[in-house]
Amino acid sequence: MALEAGSLMVIVPAYNEAGAVGEVVRGVRETMAGVRVLVIDDCSEDATVSVARHAGAEVLGLPHHLGLGGCVQAGYKLAFELGYDYVIRVDGDGQHAPQDIPRVLDALKTSGCQMVIGSRYAGGTPPRTSWARGLGIRFFRLVLRPILGRPVHDPTSGFVGVNRAALELFTRSFPLEYPEIEALVVLQRKAFRFLEVSCQTRPRLAGRSTITALKSLYYIVHVLLGVFVNILKYEGRRRRQ
Amino acid sequence: MMDRLLMVMTGLSVALLALVLVSVRRAHIRVEYSVSWLVAAAVLLGLSRFHGLLAWMAAFLGVESAPLALLMVVFSVFLMVFFRFSVILSHLKDHSVALAQRVAILEFHLRSLHEKEPDQ
Repeated sequence: MALEAGSLMVIVPAYNEAGAVGEVVRGVRETMAGVRVLVIDDCSEDATVSVARHAGAEVLGLPHHLGLGGCVQAGYKLAFELGYDYVIRVDGDGQHAPQDIPRVLDALKTSGCQMVIGSRYAGGTPPRTSWARGLGIRFFRLVLRPILGRPVHDPTSGFVGVNRAALELFTRSFPLEYPEIEALVVLQRKAFRFLEVSCQTRPRLAGRSTITALKSLYYIVHVLLGVFVNILKYEGRRRRQ
Repeated sequence: MMDRLLMVMTGLSVALLALVLVSVRRAHIRVEYSVSWLVAAAVLLGLSRFHGLLAWMAAFLGVESAPLALLMVVFSVFLMVFFRFSVILSHLKDHSVALAQRVAILEFHLRSLHEKEPDQ
């Protein structure tokens, strides 16, 4: 690992991921020796906490279930308080390859962007996904294109790195449910920039996705509403003052 | 027909008033959250008892039927009450999330302290 890793924290939001989180933590620690790995447990009902600790992670245990956004934001808040300059989030289901973390960190340090997305679609062979999910991703690409003023290939990726400026922003304003897409609009409100780097994905190591067919519809409506609410919060007035 | 509707509305308003007051007394509802319901019940009671007021309301809304005006007012009043409680619920959820995150972070710091000083 050529990069200095001391100012990096890797966070892993997890809810009932006992079957996968241990492998995720071990993978990150093998790839990024010496880096602090924080599993944020969203009040799991299985052995997620003990498995994560046994694998060498520290655990931030939420007292009740907050959903993905609240869970990730708790990790951001702790990392910000502890003074970290960079935070990289990987999902607890093992779909993200830890070997890609150095490239995300490198891009964060050298690009000047406040956020780097590990993108499944930015290059190479796109992963196989259900038609509904693929359609949803294409739909949100179209919606976000005029809002962000530039294309985004993988707006739903959970493999995300942020620097301290974005970290500070997200400790104050972060969507509670389905945060990935809305977080891009939150960044845009502050005129922050993001970059996508190509990353590989793997099949989840255990468990099933919580997004069912019915939830997909709710997801689209919820996220669309969240996106437009965030646009309404545009801080132009404050900037002019 | 009209008289029966107004009697039913009067009964419902009185029942709502009584229910809210009893709930406040038993501390099932906090006083600040009972105000919306008490005002709603008082408005409905007033409209159902004072026919002149209801006729004026119907004329103001531009509807010929007083019962329809009464239903429109009932619907609007409860819509406002529900909206107010949606705002309150949203604030409570934000506070609850922030508190849960703070508790988790404090527990994390406490655990770190205990692990650093195992003998003390």
